[in-house]
Amino acid sequence: MIVNGTVLQPDPTGVLHWAEARLLAVADLHLGKGKAFARHGSLLPPHDTNATIRRLAEAITRLEPQCVICLGDSFHDREAVSGLEQASLAALEDLACGRDWIWIAGNHDPAPPAMLSGRAMGTFTKGRLTFRHEPSCAMVAGEVSGHLHPSAIIAPKGTRIRRRCFASDGRRVILPAFGAYAGGLDVHERAFSGLFPAGFDVWFVGGRNMRRIPGNRLLRPAWIES
Amino acid sequence: MRGLHDLQVITPGPEPCGRLSPPLPEAVGRWFMARGWQPRRHQLETLDAMTRGLSCLVIAPTGGGKTMAGFLFSLADLGTSCGSGLHTLYVAPLKALCVDMARNLGAVVDETGIAARIETRTGDTPQARRRRQRSDPPDILLTTPESVALLASWPEAGSIFGHLRVVIVDEIHELAGTKRGDQLALALTRLSALSPGHRRIGLSATVAEPVKLRSYLDGGAGVMVIRADGGASPDITIMKTGNRIPLAGHTARHAVPDIYRAIRDVGTALVFVNTRSQAERVFQDLWKINDDNLGIALHHGSLAREQRLKVESAMADGSLRAVVATSTLDLGVDWGAVDLVVQIGAPKGVARMLQRIGRARHRMDEPSRALLVPANRFELLECQAVLDAIGEGVLDGAPRERGGIDVLAQHVLATAASGPFDPDTLYRDVIQAAPYANLERSLFDRIVDYVATGGYALVAYERFRRLTACDDGTLRIADEATARRFRMNAGTIVEEARLKVRMKNGKVIGEVEEHFVLGLTPGETFAFAGEVWALVGIRQTDAIVMRARSGDPRVPIYGGGSFPPTTNVAGFLRKIMAEPDRRAVLPEDVREWLDLQAEFSVLPDVDDLLVETFPRAGKAFLVAYPFEGRPAHQTLGMLMTRRMERMGAGPLGFVANDYALAIWSLRRVRDTAALIDESLLLEDLDDWLAGSSLLKRSFRKVATVAGLIERQHPGYRKTGRQVTFSTDLIYDVLRRHEPDHVLLEAARKEAMDTLLETRRLEDMLMRVKGRILQRDLDTVSPLALPVMLEVGRQMVASSALDDLIDAYGGDQ
Repeated sequence: MIVNGTVLQPDPTGVLHWAEARLLAVADLHLGKGKAFARHGSLLPPHDTNATIRRLAEAITRLEPQCVICLGDSFHDREAVSGLEQASLAALEDLACGRDWIWIAGNHDPAPPAMLSGRAMGTFTKGRLTFRHEPSCAMVAGEVSGHLHPSAIIAPKGTRIRRRCFASDGRRVILPAFGAYAGGLDVHERAFSGLFPAGFDVWFVGGRNMRRIPGNRLLRPAWIES
Repeated sequence: MRGLHDLQVITPGPEPCGRLSPPLPEAVGRWFMARGWQPRRHQLETLDAMTRGLSCLVIAPTGGGKTMAGFLFSLADLGTSCGSGLHTLYVAPLKALCVDMARNLGAVVDETGIAARIETRTGDTPQARRRRQRSDPPDILLTTPESVALLASWPEAGSIFGHLRVVIVDEIHELAGTKRGDQLALALTRLSALSPGHRRIGLSATVAEPVKLRSYLDGGAGVMVIRADGGASPDITIMKTGNRIPLAGHTARHAVPDIYRAIRDVGTALVFVNTRSQAERVFQDLWKINDDNLGIALHHGSLAREQRLKVESAMADGSLRAVVATSTLDLGVDWGAVDLVVQIGAPKGVARMLQRIGRARHRMDEPSRALLVPANRFELLECQAVLDAIGEGVLDGAPRERGGIDVLAQHVLATAASGPFDPDTLYRDVIQAAPYANLERSLFDRIVDYVATGGYALVAYERFRRLTACDDGTLRIADEATARRFRMNAGTIVEEARLKVRMKNGKVIGEVEEHFVLGLTPGETFAFAGEVWALVGIRQTDAIVMRARSGDPRVPIYGGGSFPPTTNVAGFLRKIMAEPDRRAVLPEDVREWLDLQAEFSVLPDVDDLLVETFPRAGKAFLVAYPFEGRPAHQTLGMLMTRRMERMGAGPLGFVANDYALAIWSLRRVRDTAALIDESLLLEDLDDWLAGSSLLKRSFRKVATVAGLIERQHPGYRKTGRQVTFSTDLIYDVLRRHEPDHVLLEAARKEAMDTLLETRRLEDMLMRVKGRILQRDLDTVSPLALPVMLEVGRQMVASSALDDLIDAYGGDQ
């Protein structure tokens, strides 16, 4: 994947690796989402936070980045940070140790998590890339964002495969949501309109390897007006 | 006209009711007399038993007057004590039955001058009346299992049910063994606790194992079984057509002209099919040749309610000649004058067939007429198997006995919603319900813990408890909001989301399952409600369509709707294979086909499992004939291909139908006996199940019923299709981090029982032990042809998804 002239490696786990810069970006962790549901009466399994952190830790251990950027909505709500288990806090601290860790602010977590290591920022720029939470309406070359939870459907041989995905047109890239309880939004939805005026490609996560699939080969769900 | 129709049966019959005749209540007796009717023996026996305070199970064929049998005691007893609270609770599986019963009972009550108040309570009952019914219940309440469970969850349950004398469960054979039946059984234990000593009356069609129904009904005081005298035996024939019966397919197109003539030759006919897509197709095919312009209508569960009601009332007033229907008309309101029942496709079970045939019965003493129309050769054999079974009086066995964990979780919350409960007492009550008689205390405690805190080993949710412990050891619901949420989400039926099918001008035609529409692209056509439509698009909860000009419609294919043949029917099917005498009645082309099979390969003995192998198109094929139904065959196929993988045979795919299983692979398996044995289920099932999407599917249902996630209410959809947050995500997390969670256990049991038919498979594997009959052939055998025709519809294993994605994408 090349974004604004920068070679990036979308990873099957859903993190974006910029090997040359030893930088890793991850979007929409939604830590504490299970607990937020429990507060409202749905006693979902509380392990989503641990599951998410563990998967992130695996990716970081394997790719060994020097800099980790969390692209916002890292915490599901205000109570999520204070409600973190001691073990989860410790795990996050371990991961941040010795790395430049950047918390980009999201709509779910506008305030920086004061008790955790790392820098809190609105946007972050490095080389020809700009990291932010929400893709901007105005075209910004080299924008790396999350927020929209892109997913897509292909229909080979009569089956239907729906997966979270990266979406990019070579100028910007939108990352899939990484959190265990974070779902997906089809790339044909209105929220994506105007973001890729000249078409786009997607990369499905969760498989063995990452293959580019042209946007025009995706199934356009019937519920979305053209 | 159900109830009255029941009474009309009571003509002064050949059958005297001499010896045993407890007095009919005077008013009711006069009413009977005024019509020149006499009660039947089983009706009086029921009245007598109930007068003595006994519970009874009344078994009578359709049209046998069993509903009135259930109500005679209530009418007698109410004559003296109206207005002192809820006296009789009537529970039926269908709303329509309640409404119909209310009307008919109302007429009796009016004419006899019994001052009883009769009301229904269903999902359609207005809020205000439901509230009033809680504070001031009627004498007789007619309702559904869901409504009983909900009514018992209110704090005032004690005063509502405190004076209960009689509970009548109609069509009890339809409920027992289902999740709704589990729910009702649990609710009945509550009623017993609230009003000890009331009578329970179960009304059932003829069943194979009344013992099971009896224990289902038994509240501890015993149940007396009362059988009505059998009516005339039905007159069932398999339709003979001039055309050859196809090897495969489900359209029965070859027989449509004959079906049309049969309809034309009688007054009115009910044409039953097995799936909604079949209904659409048959309806269209009949109209293509309807030169006489006969009134032929369509009725299935997806049509708009108004349209269904229109068809029903047209049928009732005799202005229709035929209705093509699915199981929506299996039960329910009788129309009286149906002359003929046509069953297209295999009937799958004796009980189901008898139920459907019963719809053409006016009087118990007259035979009902039915025509079976098999759509292919195996279905013909299955039809013959059903006829043999009916002829020899062998009925289907009862299916499930193990009550659902999710249903029990719901019951625990329902109990808590009505007031604090003592877990020891609740456990003792719950095991009084037959489906939970063997429930272990430890599992019960885990379920209570799940309801209270979510049941996670890591106690993270102490603060969000739904049940809190009181000092006296009882458990109390956390707050009113929790009770309210429970009532919003109660129920045991988890349906797939449905979309309204709507024309551009706004007119609603009916509803279809969401997944069907999502599989269509705009412009694609499908047959629905008897016409062909093109999809325009989806707006919120509507599928917008327009009439298609022409074209071959893509017929809706719905989930569910097709059942495997019962073990009973499968047994008779194997007998037809094994015993030449039974084949003498078959049509010539089918006999020839089987004779050819005997010559070319072999026809297996009753307890044998025939396995044929042959090469074809460079692959090695294996076809087995267990006759255990598609779900069991699919499970078997999964397990066998996994084992073949380990044996190095290189399995490539498999296809299953109700009768056979075909597997193809790179290399031939020499010893098939090593491939098919009972260790299959032990070794490979867990492994495979863990990663299978089946388990996710049953988890979704279980999580909804057990109240882990909230139900998506009809008409509810997040605007603009927000991020979809599916139960699959929850499932993945739970499986990885809490593999012993009680809901995973529930999902597993559910998948094994209902989707995989593992128990049936287990029985089959035991039966064929040492009896695998292997035939190595040069080419396809006659018996293998039907399943080979389906091989094109190859399924994709989940491990192959990566390859598909790779093949689909471009460069790396």
